[in-house]
Amino acid sequence: MPQMTMREAINHAMRLEMRRDPEVILIGEDVAGGRGCPVDDVEAAGGVMGVTAGLFNEFGEARVIDTPITESAIMGAAAGAALTGMRPIAELMFADFFGVCFDQLYNQAAKFRYMFGGQQGAAMVVRTMIGAGMGSGPQHSQAIYPIFAHIPGLKVVLPSCAYDAKGLLIQSIRDNDPVIFCEHKMLYGDKDEVPEESYQIPLGQARVVREGSDVTVVALGRMVKLAVEAAEALEEKGISTAVIDPRTISPLDVDTILDSVEETGRVVVVDEATPMCSMASEIASMIVSDGFSSLRAPVKKVTAPHTPVPASPVLEAEYAPTAARISAAIESVYAYR
Amino acid sequence: MDFSEQELKTAYRTMRHMRNFDEIGRREFMAGTLPGFMHMYCGEEAIGAGVCAHLSDEDYIASTHRGHGHCIAKGCAIEDMALEIFCRQDGLCHGKGGSMHIADLKKGMLGANAIVGGSAPLAVGAALTAKTRGTDKVSIAFIGDGASNQGTVFEAMNLAVVLKLPAIFVYENNGYAEMTGVDYHCGSGDIAARAGAFGMPAHKVDGTDYFAVYEAMAEATQHARSGKGPVSIECIAPRWYGHFEGDPQSYRTKEEIADLEKNRDPILLFRDRVIAETGLTQSDFDAIDAESLEHVEKAMAAAKAAPQPEPADLLTDVYEVYD
Repeated sequence: MPQMTMREAINHAMRLEMRRDPEVILIGEDVAGGRGCPVDDVEAAGGVMGVTAGLFNEFGEARVIDTPITESAIMGAAAGAALTGMRPIAELMFADFFGVCFDQLYNQAAKFRYMFGGQQGAAMVVRTMIGAGMGSGPQHSQAIYPIFAHIPGLKVVLPSCAYDAKGLLIQSIRDNDPVIFCEHKMLYGDKDEVPEESYQIPLGQARVVREGSDVTVVALGRMVKLAVEAAEALEEKGISTAVIDPRTISPLDVDTILDSVEETGRVVVVDEATPMCSMASEIASMIVSDGFSSLRAPVKKVTAPHTPVPASPVLEAEYAPTAARISAAIESVYAYR
Repeated sequence: MDFSEQELKTAYRTMRHMRNFDEIGRREFMAGTLPGFMHMYCGEEAIGAGVCAHLSDEDYIASTHRGHGHCIAKGCAIEDMALEIFCRQDGLCHGKGGSMHIADLKKGMLGANAIVGGSAPLAVGAALTAKTRGTDKVSIAFIGDGASNQGTVFEAMNLAVVLKLPAIFVYENNGYAEMTGVDYHCGSGDIAARAGAFGMPAHKVDGTDYFAVYEAMAEATQHARSGKGPVSIECIAPRWYGHFEGDPQSYRTKEEIADLEKNRDPILLFRDRVIAETGLTQSDFDAIDAESLEHVEKAMAAAKAAPQPEPADLLTDVYEVYD
C-alpha cells in the first residue's frame, strides 16, 4: 500500500471525487494560485500549504475556482451553489477566518434543510486549517471547531491521520449536509498507508486506535498521536490505556466511547481547543450522564487553557496539551480510589 | 521643494529604518531565529512614511499583516518592535502578538492584523472616537489590494461616509493578494474609483513616490480634520518579496522583481530627487544609512538576546484584573 502524507491524501480524495462527479467543484483563495500573475504557473501553488496542488491543471478554471480574499462571498457562493444542486468544496484557508463569514454558514447553509421544511440541504464541504504549532499567533492558530459542533445542521470532521482524512473527506463530499472538515496544519506532513482507490469512512464512527482495560482516553485531532505516545509509555508502568479517536465530533459516536468506559471506568478527554463550552466538556458530560454507573473516577479533561493562542513559541508550547500532560492525567485517574 | 532639510532627512530615515527592519528580520527568519510569519514591506515604504508624516501620536492607524513599516512610521520604538517580533517578554505585546499582531496604543497604532480586511472597521471606530470627542484627530486604515475586496471594507467605507467620520482609507495596491494578481482579483481593477463611488474624495497615486503620497495625504488630512468626512487614497507600489517569507513566488518572474529593485525603489527615488532639487548630498544620506543600519542591527541583536516570556505569562491578560 502506498505511503501518503495527509496533504496528499486530502488532495487525492478531492481528485477522485472530482473525477467521479462533475458537480463537485472547489472554490477558495489561491486553491489554484497564480491567477492574474505574470507567471500563471498554477501547478506550482495549490494553496498556501500546497494541499490543492495540481487540481487546477486537471480540472480547469470552471471547477477549481480562485477567488479574491472574500470569505463571506466564498461561503455564500458555496452555500448557494449547494442549494441549487452542486457539491462545492469551499476552502477557508485558516479556520480563524470563519469570523469574517460566519453568517453564511450558520444562519444560511446550516439551516436550509430545517427551515425550508426538508426541501434541500447544502451538500457542501468547507475544508479549513486549524491548530497551534507554527507560531502563527492568535488569529491563525485556533482550534475553533467546538463552535461548529454547537450548530444544528453542521457536521464536523476532525481527521487525525492520512488514512482517515481520505476516507472521511470522500464521505463528506458525498454527504448531503454541510460538513466542516478541519485539517490540522501540523499533521499535513504525517505519513500513513493510504490505498490508491476510493474508500469511505462513515461520519459518526469512532476509531479505537488502541485497546486498553484500565483507562479510556478520548482524543481529538492532533491529540490522538500524543495520547498514543502517552499510552505506550504508561504500558511499562502497567497501565493499560485505550485510545479512542471520535474522528467526527458532530455526529459523535457515543456508543464506542461508552463501551470502553464500561470496561475501564476511568476517562481522560484530550482536546487542543479551549475548555469552556468545548467538545471536551461535551464528551465528559455525556460520559457522566450516560456512563455514570461505570465510572470509578472523575472524568479528567486535558485541554488548552481559556486563553487565545500566543505568538511566542515558548508560550505556544505551554498552550497545547502534550504527551506528558496526558500521561499525568491518565496516572491521576488510574490512581483515584 | 517645500520641505525643510530636517523633514527630508526624517522621511528618509523612516523609510531606511523600515527597509532595514524587514531585511534584517528576513535574515533572522531565514536563519531560524525569528518565529512565526514574516511579511516584507520592501517597495512600499513611501506609503507608510508619506501617510504618517501627517500624523501625531494622537491620530490613529489600523494596520495589516504587513505592518512593520506602519509601526515605524507611526513612531513605535524600533527596540520594542524588535522585541515583539522575536516574541520576547518585554516586547510591545509581551510576545503574545508577534509580527502579525504588533500594536502600540500609546502611539495610536491600533495593531497589525492577521485578518485580511480586519483593519478598516476598526479604523472607522477610532474615527468615531475622534468625532464624538470633538477632536480634530484622524484615523487611517491601511488596506491591501487583496483586502479591498472584503465586505468589511465596503461596509466600513459606507459607514464612514454616512457618519461623516474623519477616516482615511489608504489602499496599498502592491499587485498581489497572496498568490493572486490584482488584475484577476479586483473586478474593475480600479480600487480608487470603487472607493469614490461610496461618496468620498478618492485619490490614486504612485506609491513608490513619497512626495505623491505626501501631497495626497495632505489634502486628505485637511479634508478629514475639518469635519468633511472620509477620504481614500490608492497607492500603487508592487511588493518586492512574496506574500510571506517562504513563499516561492512561482507566480512572478525574476525580471519583474529586478526591475522593481532597480527602477522603483521608493528610497532611491526619494534620494535621487532630493539630491537633484535641494542642497542635501549623497554623504548626508550615506550617514543616515549607516546610522539606521547600526540602530536596527543593535535593536535586533538586543531583542534576540532578551528574555523569553515565562510559562506563567500564558494565563495573564485574558481579562482585566480587578484588585
